[in-house]
Amino acid sequence: MLRLEPRAKPSRALSLLSPLIALAITVAVGVLLFALLGKDPLRALQMFFVEPVKNLPALSELSVKATPLLLIALGLALCFRANVWNIGAEGQFVLGAMAAGWVALQAGGDLAWLGRGIVVVILVAGVLGGMLWAAIVALLRDRFNANEILVSLMLVYVAILWLSYLVYGPWKDPKGYNFPQTVLFDAVTQIPRLAPKMRANVGSLIALACVAVVWIFMFRLYRGFALQVGGLAPLAARYAGFSSGGALWTALLVSGGLAGLAGALEVIGPLGQLTPHVPVGYGFAAIIVAFVGRLHPVGIVFAAILMSMFYIGGELAQSRMGLPKSLTGVFQGLLLFALLACDTLINYRVRLGAEKLAR
Amino acid sequence: MSEARLELSGIVKQYPTVRANDDVRLRVMPGQIHAVLGENGAGKSTLMKIIYGAVQPDAGTMRWNGEPVQVKSPAAARQLGISMVYQHFSLFETLTVAENVWLGLDRSMRLPQVAARIGEVAHSYGLDVDPGRPVHTLSVGEKQRVEIVRALLTDPQLLILDEPTSVLTPQAVEKLFVTLRRLADGGTSILYISHKLDEIRALCHHCTVLRGGRVTGEVDPSKETNASLSRLMIGAEPPALRQRASTQGAEVLTVKGLSLPRLDPYGVDLKDIAFSVHAGEIVGIAGVSGNGQQELMAVLSGEDPRAPVGSVTLEGRDIGRLPPKPRRRAGLHFVPEERLGRGAVPTLSLAQNTLLTRTSTLGPAGWIAPSRVRALAGRLIERFQVKAGGPDAAARSLSGGNLQKFIVGREIDAGPRLLIVAQPTWGVDVGAAALIRGELLALRDAGCALLVVSEELDELFEISDRLLVIARGRISPSVPIAQASIERIGEWMSGLFPGGVREAERAAA
Repeated sequence: MLRLEPRAKPSRALSLLSPLIALAITVAVGVLLFALLGKDPLRALQMFFVEPVKNLPALSELSVKATPLLLIALGLALCFRANVWNIGAEGQFVLGAMAAGWVALQAGGDLAWLGRGIVVVILVAGVLGGMLWAAIVALLRDRFNANEILVSLMLVYVAILWLSYLVYGPWKDPKGYNFPQTVLFDAVTQIPRLAPKMRANVGSLIALACVAVVWIFMFRLYRGFALQVGGLAPLAARYAGFSSGGALWTALLVSGGLAGLAGALEVIGPLGQLTPHVPVGYGFAAIIVAFVGRLHPVGIVFAAILMSMFYIGGELAQSRMGLPKSLTGVFQGLLLFALLACDTLINYRVRLGAEKLAR
Repeated sequence: MSEARLELSGIVKQYPTVRANDDVRLRVMPGQIHAVLGENGAGKSTLMKIIYGAVQPDAGTMRWNGEPVQVKSPAAARQLGISMVYQHFSLFETLTVAENVWLGLDRSMRLPQVAARIGEVAHSYGLDVDPGRPVHTLSVGEKQRVEIVRALLTDPQLLILDEPTSVLTPQAVEKLFVTLRRLADGGTSILYISHKLDEIRALCHHCTVLRGGRVTGEVDPSKETNASLSRLMIGAEPPALRQRASTQGAEVLTVKGLSLPRLDPYGVDLKDIAFSVHAGEIVGIAGVSGNGQQELMAVLSGEDPRAPVGSVTLEGRDIGRLPPKPRRRAGLHFVPEERLGRGAVPTLSLAQNTLLTRTSTLGPAGWIAPSRVRALAGRLIERFQVKAGGPDAAARSLSGGNLQKFIVGREIDAGPRLLIVAQPTWGVDVGAAALIRGELLALRDAGCALLVVSEELDELFEISDRLLVIARGRISPSVPIAQASIERIGEWMSGLFPGGVREAERAAA
């Protein structure tokens, strides 16, 4: 019989190893799954773990997927460390995309004088859009003690429906054969690309810069410290005089802003217009990314890359092997489950045999 | 010699880092009041949990009335006739006494029957409680009586009491002792866990002393002195504090006309509180816990910044509405009662924990320079003899005494004008307690004003220059320590002081 015995202190080695063990378990279950589906497991694994990093164009695609995940997960890590359970990053992402799209639509007209500078305005609009959506959550929690999990989640649906209303209605492209989409944005709004003929863009560099900024905020600034104390020990934060409201607002505004920035980068990067398909679940996947990355900015970089491999691998497995695309979701879920289970090992060790009884 | 009610031998319990019990033996006779004496961490609680079936020993035997038994769960223990009253009450505040007792019974009984039984038991042992009263209206002593009545309803042959007097006034302790003696006369064995030497000597027939998980003595406490018992308990005589000579300076903290309704529905309203603390003196506040100490501390520390204008002043400056940080800048530092989770963040390192109240190590814009933060923690560890794995050790890896030395040291090192300390040595080993009290006295001699809240009267008598008593949200006039007696302070703790709640009630009637 297996039994868990508490460790005297948390194992540092296992807190780093746990994501790797979880990945191994995910792969093992994946192999079993492919075999049961009658597909060659090796070839399927190749789709997930080799193809997405095979060459430069593949890496470029990987960066396009990883960038929004990274940005959103950074903000969520800050929230979760502050014990603020923002699970509505998807909605903040959509609001960022809408705000950015609205500015981008003015590019040829009122804002033509800005030239290429409009890209900056678009990104700022995206950040503000995401912040606005997160601010609603902060306000309701702060003023009325509303549960931020429910409020942020519900606002996701409000955001998605609002976007649908705009692209089916007032913002619809008049020459778009009645498809629910806006006009293609003016070329000046396009985010600069890193190399010709590849979709990798400056957004990835912005995201990496954000990693550094969030790291500094978390580990080198007193405000970041105060915010995390509020999450770890609310009474200690009160004793120290750290305002819980301040931590709530900071965490939500930062994570909303980062999710909004991701939305803006998405619409002026790979998408180039607004459609009902802007939300593809990055906001939810980023929750997994944040935890797999141990809520640490650097860990999140690796986790975002891994999660992007699942996205791309899922698509390749569908197109080349006829496997259902929902495998991506299965893999994401498996990874999170396995990780949560493996985290038990940080505080407990597994022992064989029943507990000894008195002789 | 008759057969032992309970006999343990060779009990061993190993936890990952510590051997909590090592070859422990214990023999309790019928009708005996048997003390188990030891410091915090000596293994008393583990031993009781083993007897009560909450923890299984790694080795050793247990005999119950001569029969070998294995107690696998508390329910099995109750079946045998073993009852336990824990130090922390497990009562539902919103239910009545009878309902609470009813919930804890293994046997099926109707509520009116339970109420009737409570009446009988209460009457025969002098434990007066009203079965119909909601628990939240009871005083702490009354709640403890409910716990004892609940334990007695199972007709136990052995009653285990874990630190039962830590929440009682001296008078309530006397009342409890009468009950316990009556129980023992009726043949019930009692295991009495405590670290209070006077009580053990006054009450118990026999005493088993534990130190570091091993039995270090089995004595008749009535034939021992406090000094000889404490030698067995800590292996040395308690270090004596050097004698006092305080030079009182200017008034530092002034509280007057402080009345404040409670925030928590089960809290206490503060009523017309007035007192002052001068530079170079230690003012002690005595009282049974739950009489407004927490509320008063929150008002003074700034965690509750609702004090009426002008009711709390520090060196002439109204600070009643300031949050904690500006109060600290004005020289008011505070050591809270809970170490882990309030005074320190358990999972963070000692270095990071300095940042809770010490911001002098920060650079511009709140930049944290790790080397300076660690240097401060290292200095505190050295100056206050904290046993820790260094500045990077997590707060929760320290023993209670060492963490308390660190937290008290962190506030003393800040050079406060006024230091407020709640329960400075609660749950702290004797060595650390002596060091902390010595440091507080040294700080007083250096001209700092100190306010100490404690439930341990001995401690307050040892270090205070003046004493106040808090009862039901009111505070007594102050008494110089030379004129204070345990009896008088004990009476005041139940509210019987000039201007106290009992007097106020009398005036209203």
